[in-house]
Amino acid sequence: MIDQMLQYVFTGLSAGSLYALVALGIVLIYRSTRVLNFAHGDIATVATFVAYSALSQQYSFFVAFGAALVVGAAVGVAFYFGVLVKAQREGANLLGMVILTLGLALIIQGAVVWYWGAEPVALPFPISDTRTYTIGAVVVSQLSLASLGAGLVGSLLLYLLVQKTRLGLAMRATSENLMAAQTLGIPTRMVLGVSWGVAAALSVVAGVFLAPALLLDPFFMLDPFLKGFAAAVLGGLNSLPGAVVGALILGVAESLTGAYLAIQFKNTLAFLIIIVVLLVRPEGLLGKEFKERV
Amino acid sequence: MGGLLEVGDLSLNFGGIKALEGVSLSVAEGETLAVIGPNGSGKTSLFNCITGIYRPTSGAIAWQGESLLGSTPDAITRRGIARTFQNLRLFHNLSVLDNLMVGRHLHFAKNLANAMLRLRGEEIRHRRRCEEIVEFLNLEPVRKSRVGDCPYGVQKRVELGRALATEPKLLLLDEPVSGLTQEEKEEFGYWVHEIRGRFGITVLFVEHDLRFASRLASRMAALDHGVKIAEGTPAEVQRHPEVIKAYLGE
Repeated sequence: MIDQMLQYVFTGLSAGSLYALVALGIVLIYRSTRVLNFAHGDIATVATFVAYSALSQQYSFFVAFGAALVVGAAVGVAFYFGVLVKAQREGANLLGMVILTLGLALIIQGAVVWYWGAEPVALPFPISDTRTYTIGAVVVSQLSLASLGAGLVGSLLLYLLVQKTRLGLAMRATSENLMAAQTLGIPTRMVLGVSWGVAAALSVVAGVFLAPALLLDPFFMLDPFLKGFAAAVLGGLNSLPGAVVGALILGVAESLTGAYLAIQFKNTLAFLIIIVVLLVRPEGLLGKEFKERV
Repeated sequence: MGGLLEVGDLSLNFGGIKALEGVSLSVAEGETLAVIGPNGSGKTSLFNCITGIYRPTSGAIAWQGESLLGSTPDAITRRGIARTFQNLRLFHNLSVLDNLMVGRHLHFAKNLANAMLRLRGEEIRHRRRCEEIVEFLNLEPVRKSRVGDCPYGVQKRVELGRALATEPKLLLLDEPVSGLTQEEKEEFGYWVHEIRGRFGITVLFVEHDLRFASRLASRMAALDHGVKIAEGTPAEVQRHPEVIKAYLGE
């Protein structure tokens, strides 16, 4: 009984750690630009397809993974500089910019269908999801272990970047008070561009590790994106640690719901969480709104 | 001509409202120039034009002989102009020390690898610089505190310190002592004085408190409704009939 539950908890943690990467990217962009990036999942989709193409052409996994990261980050950065900055200069408001990200999502979806087709394909992945290890009473597959690792490493690297580097200090300053950061000589556009690139790269990691478990099709990141979004809302859209906590809670809750309630409700849960959080604690578990003294 | 900062015939319109109209001002190296004027007279607008936050409708701003027009605020700061804000714009969730460290940002090594790695020696150099400012502004007891938790008087000091951390040639202070107690004003006066004396930084400040302004300033200019109505020594400006009219009415 307990063993079985541990098993579900582990499965949930492993899924949750990938949601965490998605959620971290959403939060990173939201807290620095107040833009909710609806193309977040689709950027990962196109990058994962790039990895798929590279792997099909017998490139090694690391080359393919690297290419995917570069492509994902490049799309994010290009969208920020090419579209958002220009829109902002023309006086676009926040809603307008959010709609622009929706537009990017649709463009990427179209491009992916056009180039790779709409048929689901299997990503030739070096890590197996059928080879398993038994730890105590819990059976873990290689893939779920790798997912957990990817989530941990990704979160840790982001933590180090934001908390321990100068670039991170500039990122924190920019997201808290853009004008002050600017008058202290921080090139805020650059910093925000880097944030877009890092956020996109995080979701690419999630995409590459999710693809083998799901099938790779042009819309496969939609579900994980919405889960990441729910996790971010749960943790607090402003809080990077909140994103991780929210994602792990969501992952476990989802897994337990699927096991003990009804598998059909597994996906509904994310949205129930969004609704409940917005009603009960809109700032999320760890979030707090930055307030400006007037 | 040939001052450190030359503002020439500067105008700024917001729709139909003229925030600044043909303002000319020259700041000489090493002086402390106060800009006074009633509320809404355009003092802060002038600052915002100089620091690149507003784009003036017409006119010229030259810094050491080169135009600042069209430069972004961060580029202007990198050229040696720092400022504080009237309503404070601090990073509330960062510690006092980290707020100062953000001010050091433009002195960090430019190359990305260094930015990522926080090279030991350089890091220590920047920390030491910040500690000097901490000591100068008596921020020792709060250096690790979150700025949002500090009292208003301390926050004002942190903002001053953060501007100093950029090592500017010209420091713009927007109402440095507004909202402070008499005692805190005295302290602040001492610091502003020292900033010019010890660090050799030219100071341009906007102030409501005429007594504070006239005590610190070596020269004074008065604005009213976006127009410069007087300029000269503090005594001259305060006795100027236009200034008296602007402050006291007809």
